[in-house]
Amino acid sequence: MRTQLGVRGWTGVLVALVVAVLVPVLNLAVAPGSALHLSDFYVSLVGKILCYAICALAIDLIWGYTGILSLGHGLFFALGGYGMGMYLMRQIGRDGQYKSDMPDFMVFLNWKDFPWHWAWSDSFAAQMLLVVAVPGLLALVFGWFAFRSRIKGVYFSIITQALTFAAMLLFFRNETGFGGNNGFTDFKRILGIPIDQAMRVFLCALSGVVLIGFFVMSRAIVHSKYGRVLQAIRDAESRVMFTGYDPVAYKLSIWTLSAVMCAVAGALYVPQVGIINPSEMSPAAGIEMAIWAAVGGRGTLIGPIIGAFFVNGAKSWFTVAFPEFWLYFLGALFIAVTLFLPNGIIGLLRRKREARK
Amino acid sequence: MTPDLMEEGARRREAYASRSAETRSTESGGRSAGYGRIAKLGEPDFTQGVALYLDDITVSFDGFRALNALSLTVDVGELRCIIGPNGAGKTTMMDCITGKTRPDAGSAFFGSTIDLLRLKEAEIAQIGIGRKFQKPTVYEPLSVFENLELALKADRRVRAALFHRLSGEQQDRIDEVLNLIHLKDEAQREAGLLSHGQKQWLEIGMLLVQDPKLLLLDEPVAGMTDEETERTAELFLSLEGRHSLVVVEHDMHFVDQLTQGRKKVTVLHEGGVLAEGLLSDVQNNERVVEVYLGR
Repeated sequence: MRTQLGVRGWTGVLVALVVAVLVPVLNLAVAPGSALHLSDFYVSLVGKILCYAICALAIDLIWGYTGILSLGHGLFFALGGYGMGMYLMRQIGRDGQYKSDMPDFMVFLNWKDFPWHWAWSDSFAAQMLLVVAVPGLLALVFGWFAFRSRIKGVYFSIITQALTFAAMLLFFRNETGFGGNNGFTDFKRILGIPIDQAMRVFLCALSGVVLIGFFVMSRAIVHSKYGRVLQAIRDAESRVMFTGYDPVAYKLSIWTLSAVMCAVAGALYVPQVGIINPSEMSPAAGIEMAIWAAVGGRGTLIGPIIGAFFVNGAKSWFTVAFPEFWLYFLGALFIAVTLFLPNGIIGLLRRKREARK
Repeated sequence: MTPDLMEEGARRREAYASRSAETRSTESGGRSAGYGRIAKLGEPDFTQGVALYLDDITVSFDGFRALNALSLTVDVGELRCIIGPNGAGKTTMMDCITGKTRPDAGSAFFGSTIDLLRLKEAEIAQIGIGRKFQKPTVYEPLSVFENLELALKADRRVRAALFHRLSGEQQDRIDEVLNLIHLKDEAQREAGLLSHGQKQWLEIGMLLVQDPKLLLLDEPVAGMTDEETERTAELFLSLEGRHSLVVVEHDMHFVDQLTQGRKKVTVLHEGGVLAEGLLSDVQNNERVVEVYLGR
């Protein structure tokens, strides 16, 4: 596996790393009055969008490169988030409303003991393992059945959507042990360190570094022969089979990797926004992820990252400037992209560059 | 134990005793040491001279019999042309051989040991059956070179693909095939930009680098110019002997070129073999004429 980045590419990665670390630090290091100061609002916004960008990249690997549209990645994102959230709930300790060792919602429900799936929630290492293992295992089992039965195209998309919806209904129930429709919130600390502005800056920078790491890894993957087999599956699956490749193994591996990437994004997202609830599993959440990838440009790695920033940046600005019109704008954006930009923003830039030549 | 069984046993014992008295006089019973072949698992056994053996294959789609007790054998190294009107079952036959369609009845063997009906598409391809589709199917966004690289005979597993690096030998093999299919200058071009005939050639090239023992070619010269058709015929004739080929074709001129007036042609009709023989004989066969021209 080689990244095929070359000297210029690695320089770009290095610059991106420096930017990813330095920009959030501007919030702490530069005085609030200065032009270079990054406000608290932007730190949280950028941190959030960086997590979304990881999801868009994950969607791109499975949809843009392998041709499998998943509308269920919201589930993997939320599972990662819940995994992190459980640990954060335990970290609150006796500082909750009820001054109990148990999380508030359990006290409220009059539970005396932790449910079985909270057994490891006190250990950071074990819980981080679960953040990756649970969504990964779910994706592996679900994918194995789906790909082995040769479920494809829109049928696969609908099933992933249904799976997410079912999980959302499950998580809404108080009995499931994840705080019902309120989910988890009111986090106080990670590893004993309070979640203050410095911690948020750190998490924002960490999200950036993780995104860059995933980008380099994805690049190595899509430029390997394995990556070309994925693209071949997207374009002519029967040809791939009659050439002797078993598409199930290829689809299953990239599908699971993509789910795990989303889960990591979810785990980074929760401490930054301070809340996780079942709405992250809503059908709309999964569809939005696909939209980021489509707007930025499927089948390129940088495109979905740009798409995530563009759509969420626009959303953030529009909901402040014209709160009533945001949804109309979103609708118009998707119609425009579908009609005029089949290859997204990246496709537009490429066309411009070729026209100049 | 019934009396007749006892009698039967006694008869057998007597027969055995007389036989062993006879054989004991010669060394090892008149048999010499055999040069046994060890059948290797997953490797086709061609020592019987048969590459492909189809027996009584029947396929029905919603009551319509696409193949009706079709039986066909193809010898090792043989180039067999299959003709027949539309709907005769030619493509369905290929689907059965390559594992895309499971027949309702019958058996299909590759060599004398491998039961094709037990294998999946990818496994059938791995043991050495290559297939070219009617409509040229190449990976359009990838370059010509990358198309060939994917088809090249190699470990097909995920991990091998992830850490794959092209060896010098493999590079040479691809270059050789690029020359053969006249796409040397287009190696770095996107496959989607090739002409229809060139795509056909690329797909044939992808088949060749796969190094199959049996090639199934579904209308390989459809959409080719006369010159390209001629070159394709030459290429196939050069493969004859080293590979077994099954060519399904409508173009009688092309079939004539391939059979050179001495090879067998099979005519399919309504899912079964209507006639088999030299092209000239088959063309004069009354029933064949009837089927082609209508009655």
